[in-house]
Amino acid sequence: MTMKKIIKNKTLLVGILILLVLSIYDISLGIKSLKSASFQILSMLKIVPPIFLLIGLLDVWVPRETMIKLMGKKSGVLGIVIAFLFGTFAAGPLVGAFPVAMIMLKKGARYANVIFFLMTWASSKLPILFYQSTTMGLKFTIVSNVTLIVVYLVGSLVLEKSFSKKELDALYEHVEEMAK
Amino acid sequence: MDISTIILYILALVLLIVSFIKDRKKTKMGIKKGWMAFKKILPILIPLFLIVGIILTVISPDMIKFALGENSGVIGVFIGLIVGSISFMPPFVTYPLGVELLEKGAGYPQVAAFVTTLMAVGIVYFTAETKFFGTKSAILRNGLGFIASLIVALVVWGVM
Repeated sequence: MTMKKIIKNKTLLVGILILLVLSIYDISLGIKSLKSASFQILSMLKIVPPIFLLIGLLDVWVPRETMIKLMGKKSGVLGIVIAFLFGTFAAGPLVGAFPVAMIMLKKGARYANVIFFLMTWASSKLPILFYQSTTMGLKFTIVSNVTLIVVYLVGSLVLEKSFSKKELDALYEHVEEMAK
Repeated sequence: MDISTIILYILALVLLIVSFIKDRKKTKMGIKKGWMAFKKILPILIPLFLIVGIILTVISPDMIKFALGENSGVIGVFIGLIVGSISFMPPFVTYPLGVELLEKGAGYPQVAAFVTTLMAVGIVYFTAETKFFGTKSAILRNGLGFIASLIVALVVWGVM
């Protein structure tokens, strides 16, 4: 990154500023923050190669018509099932899901399905479910995840409804620009 | 490396080989597109993880124990929702902490509110999310995660 880009990147500036204030208050806190930030970046980099490889392959091999058929406006239950499967068989933090969701939208997937995919990725990934049941107990895991999936299903449709057609078109346009 | 990451690698590798056998040119283009997407997203991710690192340092498990341990009832649920929304924690820290909170006397609904928002609501991801999908979508998706967590806490309250 060049200096100009760093200055333009507001989140980075805010982060550096907080880090400075924190370090002045207590230098060990600043060092600890940097250490855990680099640990987080490293653990993310581990899942970056397969995710971006899959995104690239998805982009060249899956035609827009196929994605519309599988996850588009008229995909119905099939679209929901596919969104769920993509979300639950995922690995890594939610940020990893953003670029995948971006490609889905770019290829014409329905907004509600993509939101359902993001929510499933966030809460109900299989590895998390296993880990959750061994720590928090099976009953808690089943009760909370069944509730979540129902709320997410309804919620993703409500979210979609709250967008006007114009807003939704603008969102798809924005994503297409991002995914270029 | 956990099992899901390994599966992800195997899946990507198998598809890459299949793609390469079918069409070399298309495969090269796919790799290039993936790399371009990564390069575009990296400037969003780096500052994000800097802030995550700061939050992991400032909001310690001890602080969360303090905030959640003493407060029960509806107020406890709301504290759980808010603390879970603003903090960030990997799952292998989250759930053992949840168990510890339960052992220390916090109730299931309060702990449910905390661990569920931790997964579904990401204030730290917010700026990244707006860059991908716009402000409205980011607000609404996080709002959905928050409401869903509240409902989970209430259901857990009723059932457990």
